[in-house]
Amino acid sequence: MLEIKGLTASIGDKPILNGVDLTVPPGEVHAIMGPNGAGKSTLGYVLSGREDYTVTGGTVTFNGIDLLDMEPEQRAAAGLFLAFQAPVELPGVNNANFLRTALNAIRRAHGESELDAVQFLKLARAESKRLHMPDDMLKRNVNVGFSGGEKKRNEVLQMAILRPKLAILDETDSGLDIDALKIVADGVNALRGPEFSALVITHHQRLLDYLVPHRVHVLANGRILRSGGPELAKELEKSGYAGMIAEAA
Amino acid sequence: MAAVTETLDTVQSVTQSGYKWGFETTIEMDFAPKGLNEDIIRLISSRKEEPEWMLEWRLKAYAAWLKMEEPQWARVDHPPIDYQDLHYYAAPKKKAGPKSLEEVDPELLKMFEKLGIPLKERALLAGVDPDTVENTQIAVDAVFDSVSVATTFQATLRKSGVIFCPISEAIREHPDLVKQYIGSVVPVADNFFAALNSAVFTDGSFVYIPKGVRCPMELSTYFRINARNTGQFERTLIIAEAGSQVSYLEGCTAPQRDENQLHAAVVELVAMDDARIKYSTVQNWYPGDANGKGGIYNFVTKRGACRGDRSKISWTQVETGSAITWKYPSCVLLGEDSVGEFYSVAVTNNHQQADTGTKMIHVGKGSRSTIISKGISAGHSNNTYRGLVRMLPSATNARNFTQCDSLLIGDQCGAHTVPYIESRNPTAKVEHEATTSKIADDQLFYCRQRGLSEEDAVGLIVNGFCKDVLKELPMEFAVEAQKLLAVSLEGSVG
Repeated sequence: MLEIKGLTASIGDKPILNGVDLTVPPGEVHAIMGPNGAGKSTLGYVLSGREDYTVTGGTVTFNGIDLLDMEPEQRAAAGLFLAFQAPVELPGVNNANFLRTALNAIRRAHGESELDAVQFLKLARAESKRLHMPDDMLKRNVNVGFSGGEKKRNEVLQMAILRPKLAILDETDSGLDIDALKIVADGVNALRGPEFSALVITHHQRLLDYLVPHRVHVLANGRILRSGGPELAKELEKSGYAGMIAEAA
Repeated sequence: MAAVTETLDTVQSVTQSGYKWGFETTIEMDFAPKGLNEDIIRLISSRKEEPEWMLEWRLKAYAAWLKMEEPQWARVDHPPIDYQDLHYYAAPKKKAGPKSLEEVDPELLKMFEKLGIPLKERALLAGVDPDTVENTQIAVDAVFDSVSVATTFQATLRKSGVIFCPISEAIREHPDLVKQYIGSVVPVADNFFAALNSAVFTDGSFVYIPKGVRCPMELSTYFRINARNTGQFERTLIIAEAGSQVSYLEGCTAPQRDENQLHAAVVELVAMDDARIKYSTVQNWYPGDANGKGGIYNFVTKRGACRGDRSKISWTQVETGSAITWKYPSCVLLGEDSVGEFYSVAVTNNHQQADTGTKMIHVGKGSRSTIISKGISAGHSNNTYRGLVRMLPSATNARNFTQCDSLLIGDQCGAHTVPYIESRNPTAKVEHEATTSKIADDQLFYCRQRGLSEEDAVGLIVNGFCKDVLKELPMEFAVEAQKLLAVSLEGSVG
């Protein structure tokens, strides 16, 4: 599914990723943990094709195709979804209209027929009901006037509607209370299946209680420092990153 | 392979500026000789079979124009216009003003069809409630260069007492109405371009809504400039008697040409007690190519007089075309509690220049006005909002609210806001809000991450920005306008 080899990337002259190796097989959920400034968000942005970052080396393949050669929208059409740490506001743009346009762009890329407004609303309402989100989320303008928690939930709703093959969640749990946290976890768990993988970037072990990962990776100084099973997250919760980083150095 | 196709598409969209209405129609034309003098004005007047008073009115305007200078205060820049190097009259050779649709040159019908303007009155569908069908019907007056070639649904409208016809016909058939109102809102010597229009105007629409009548369908006029080296000077006059209502829309396009063409129109609206006029414009004159060559100079005077108490005039405009736009649809709020509204979206791309806005002149007690202006600049263009709100001493408790927002795409364009506020009544309230924003990279990336192309993302963000104005347009035109915005901004990012 996702195969990252020796990935290096910088912003301006500043290297952020210093050789990331990571493989996420189909059907698996992997967690990325690490201290602030480790390059976790950068990894999410580089994978989704944000232009502010320059890839200086390495390869990334996604279901066998070279991901780094694609435009952001082509990556989205290929099934990659990034839940933003700070979702962006689009004043005047209705959430339902935004999502329908996005879904139809992806469907077009796959040679599928587009959904009309009625078909789309039916789908979107069903998804928001399943995620226990109020209907009015769809009527509001994209993220405008949303609370921090609502923005994160909106990301999960978008993910549920767009049905990606690989979801990258960039600290979607930050700033959420326990109920909202469960909604996020439920959103990802509902998509689980042999065709779906997720890369969950988080600071806290708490999310992983609800969203149990197959593997946990520790990212520090732009490299994967250690990988392990879900127990690795529990270990980090107790002992922190400092010891592990010192040990590696 | 994909990259090659993409490059080709990009080159195509840049070189054609995305203007899809730029074709030329070959049709035999009857031209007046180039140049402007009293003889030309006499010729226009006689071609239109006008009464003597109309000719005198024109000559008076011409005399005034000769003493006037082109205004220089707008933030627009163009080489001097040679007013002697233009044709002031160009008409398809067949007899002007056909009496029925069957008489219209099929070439012309074909052209309007290509532009998506229905000149055929479709028969009502069997088994359909006529009331609902009525609402979706639109009566169209089609003006080709200097003449109106067809006006649809005239008979249907006449049943409710509504007059909708070319102004040249109104001058002959309804001289008393025309004489009473023409020039009463925009005087002949109001400004340089209005004076020029008054001297040489050739056609346009005339609308009269009798007392208490709600016009049974949308009225619309479609203007097409086709002939080379020809100015279009249209004149529109809409009169809404007490308690009447009308919604009117105008659209316009022109072929793609290297030289600039002049379009100087005058529109006058009159609303009596409790009357409502909604005037919507989707302006899509050829804007010139990506390097700023060619395009229409659109110098227009539009003004409405709310003469009656509680009368209301609402201007909605979506301006995407023209090389230069100079246009300030205004309201003179004379009646007590009369209402003026101005909703505007002005888009400039490449080398387009727009200096547009409104004037709200508050005379009546308790008169109210709302101005919502959305300016979008891309490429090397300049977009200026210029607005005047004037509260006269008589305007007790009058109110104005103005919201001016500018959106910049790229870093080579300019947005300017020039509000003039004059209040001579201490009880009057004037509010002005203005913002300037840029389409942020993170907004574009967010959209693209969800699968939208960059162009679609810009379209979505721009439409969101304009929503407050677009929702004021009649439904079917709002959809058109949305598409037009996307086309106008094609190739503006990246």
